Amino acid sequence: MSALDPTTPSAPKWAGRAWRPFALTLPALLLLAAVIGYPLLTIVLRSLSEPQWGAQNYVWFFGTPVNLTVLQRTFVISAWVTLVCIICAYPYAYLMTAVGPRVRLALVLCVLIPFWVSGVVRTLSWVILLQDSGVINSLLRSAGFDGVRLIRTQTGVVIGMAQVLLPFMILPLYSVMKGIDLRLMRAAQSLGARPSRAFFTIYLPLSLPGVYAGAIIVFILALGFYITPALLGGPRSTMLSTLVQTQVLSLLQWGRGGAMGVVLLVATFVLLALAAPVMRSRYREAGRR
Amino acid sequence: MEMKPLTRVILGLVCVLVAVWLVAPTLVVIPMSFNENKSLAFPPQGFSWQWYQNFFTNPDWSSSFLNSLKVASIVAVLATVLGTLAAFGLDRMRARPATVLRMLMLTPMVVPGVVLAIGIYAVYLDAHLVGTLTGFVLAHTILALPFVLIAVSANLEVFDRRLETAAASLGAGAVTTFRTVTLPLILPGMLSGLLFAFATSFDEIVVSLFITNPYLKTLPVQIFASITRDADPTVAAVGTILFCATTLLIGGGMLLLGRERKGRL
Amino acid sequence: MNPRAENRGAAIDLAKVSKAYGNFKALDGVSLRIEPGEFMTLLGPSGSGKTTTLNVIAGFTDVTSGSLLVGEKSVVGVPAHKRNIGVVFQHYALFPHMTVGRNVAYPLALRGIAGAERERRVRQALDMVKMADFSHRFPSELSGGQQQRVALARAIVFDPPLLLMDEPLGALDKKLREWLQLEIKRIHRELGTTFVYVTHDQEEALVLSDRIAVFNRGGIEQIGTGRELYDEPATLFVGKFIGDSTVLRGDAATSGGETAIEISGQKVVTARRLANGGRPVMLLRPEKLALARRGAADEGRNRLAGRIGEAIYLGSGSKYEVDLADGSKAIVRSTLEAQSFAIGDEVDLLFSGSDVKLLADDDQADLTLT
Repeated sequence: MSALDPTTPSAPKWAGRAWRPFALTLPALLLLAAVIGYPLLTIVLRSLSEPQWGAQNYVWFFGTPVNLTVLQRTFVISAWVTLVCIICAYPYAYLMTAVGPRVRLALVLCVLIPFWVSGVVRTLSWVILLQDSGVINSLLRSAGFDGVRLIRTQTGVVIGMAQVLLPFMILPLYSVMKGIDLRLMRAAQSLGARPSRAFFTIYLPLSLPGVYAGAIIVFILALGFYITPALLGGPRSTMLSTLVQTQVLSLLQWGRGGAMGVVLLVATFVLLALAAPVMRSRYREAGRR
Repeated sequence: MEMKPLTRVILGLVCVLVAVWLVAPTLVVIPMSFNENKSLAFPPQGFSWQWYQNFFTNPDWSSSFLNSLKVASIVAVLATVLGTLAAFGLDRMRARPATVLRMLMLTPMVVPGVVLAIGIYAVYLDAHLVGTLTGFVLAHTILALPFVLIAVSANLEVFDRRLETAAASLGAGAVTTFRTVTLPLILPGMLSGLLFAFATSFDEIVVSLFITNPYLKTLPVQIFASITRDADPTVAAVGTILFCATTLLIGGGMLLLGRERKGRL
Repeated sequence: MNPRAENRGAAIDLAKVSKAYGNFKALDGVSLRIEPGEFMTLLGPSGSGKTTTLNVIAGFTDVTSGSLLVGEKSVVGVPAHKRNIGVVFQHYALFPHMTVGRNVAYPLALRGIAGAERERRVRQALDMVKMADFSHRFPSELSGGQQQRVALARAIVFDPPLLLMDEPLGALDKKLREWLQLEIKRIHRELGTTFVYVTHDQEEALVLSDRIAVFNRGGIEQIGTGRELYDEPATLFVGKFIGDSTVLRGDAATSGGETAIEISGQKVVTARRLANGGRPVMLLRPEKLALARRGAADEGRNRLAGRIGEAIYLGSGSKYEVDLADGSKAIVRSTLEAQSFAIGDEVDLLFSGSDVKLLADDDQADLTLT
């Protein structure tokens, strides 16, 4: 092992320096281990050990219909949010690639403005907009329509969450779309494709990597949403995060809350792992100018 | 892609709607903050400054605001230092370990907030860190770290390392090289990382809700408490103040950048 | 692909076609008739209107005014996807998410051709460009030359009566370009369709074309075979753009049927005159010029004093650049048998008045070329 010993004169120069990059990352890694690794490990252990060792908390979780309903609802709401984001972001991101620099700046500004104001305040804004005496309902009533119930409904939660998450869909979509060579559309038309046909056979497939990237980010972030459903939702739109919080803070059931948290964590990482190969598709870098 | 006029109009309309949907929630707090009644019902009644007054005089609000500023400032510096060091380390590492470590360091971005929050809460209870400045700073730093890492790494990727070799060949020592060549070139990345770290900490709510106590509250915690407790338009006043402050900062920054660019031309 | 190859091309008729972008006239009254099955090259410097003309024919650009017939039918206002015209682009424009085979099958699928017939025609088109073995590759796995051959196969697979090519070889290196030029010529012969080819490379135009339309500043300067353009340029621009040339400028005087130009005190004469005004200049091809030692007798020919500035041995002969007294340069090509000169030699440039092309001066002819 003398070749690896930095004090040996014959050791190659890099041998003494190879660990230096690791040393630079060490402070961050230590903090990561202490503030992320150790706490997550604690949660996993508690889910298996409280009140006694065993899988009882998981058996309880998957054996209680209410929990399964909430788990399913969490996925359904996340799916709706993702869908709404795709539908709204796609034309928006496309327009960003098609307009002049001034209009594009305005469009980018509209995407970034939601970040200018505290996330909690933004949720309050949604309360103001959606509540029964809120902006949407008073506009509806002054136009002669009946009011609609939005606050404390699943629809309200989806509207609020989608608005918060929309930028995470628009930005990756835009970066993929601005790399698509529009001259390919011209080529498709010369070969006999109607503009709509050219769009569906050429542009859409080339923009899909952006849709995938945005969708996976939005879906994963939506799964873990806590504040928005807590403030905009009612008992019928509770998501898993709220349930975790209730178990731990209100009922002091660390084992059960931990098990729920682990389920949420595992779901997140399984989704990430499933998404990874799709993101590395073979023509991802192709079709670029 | 040539579009038919009808397609163009529909596309434009959809985008205007999306833009309104994005921006409206940010702006709706502004009229509410001048409400005369203690209510968040729309439309607001009358005009008064009382909620702004309340924000600056009520110790609940002003102290939580100062706490947030304090925590976010420390976090910004700490996260920038740690993140920059880590970005350098990863940049100079072989590809495979660098990829693994980078993914590890980005996990705080994808771990569901509540899961992380109960974990940290459990550990802090044992370590008596609940409701302490140290507790807030540590938790927020790890959440802000990925943003610094991304910003500085992006800068390092386009950084030509031959410049360092060139400086060394001209007789600069390691420290001089870093100070005169490397640092100025990655400064933009560090600055944007610093900003992101500050914003992340200033805005963090989920973990904060768990590790807070009546003696140490940050602004988002106070806002959340106020929203769940009663319809207090002070929140709208806070939102308006934050919006105006950010607009001024960003607008000023853009003006400065614009002037600098013009100066160069 | 079709035995009756002679009749398969479409004729194209552009009449007074103009295209304006705001105040800028990209095309200014272009009229051009292309015969069925002809190989027509649109030649000119960048910004001269040749690509705009191609885009107008393809349907990518609307005309501001004028008429356009393809196959004797007006196509003004007809969108590109209904024109049934094959287009090959400089940047290949292969669809990166489809294999070579699917790229070539794309226009067939749009026309409802499926199954064995589609496969047969894809195979046939790929055979024609010698790319049949690459059917399952993705475009990103091919070289530039291979990609362009696939693009060509895709543009001819649906048997369009007209094929447009926009500098298809512009991104390739010289050797590959020369080989592909011959391939394109062969394919044109085999298909018998009308080809319209855009290039800024005059050598390429000479190799490929039946006729060449020389574009300049949004209009056509001259249409003709390569030989006509070389031997009988209609304008100074064409004379300078096609082949090497020497231009003699100076104080001109016309008397009777003769034009004389005085260059640094020496007078050269030709028995021609400009038909319709303008300041006359003389244009001479390199092989029409001869060199002699200073003062050697050669009466009856025009004579200009100069000095050899550059001597290049070409194998089949030599090429000289001669610096003239007024600062301009003359280009002379001589055969191996002729007397040879070295750099710095004082020489006389000899030419007969009948070999001179007398053309109207054009201040911008030089500018647009550089």
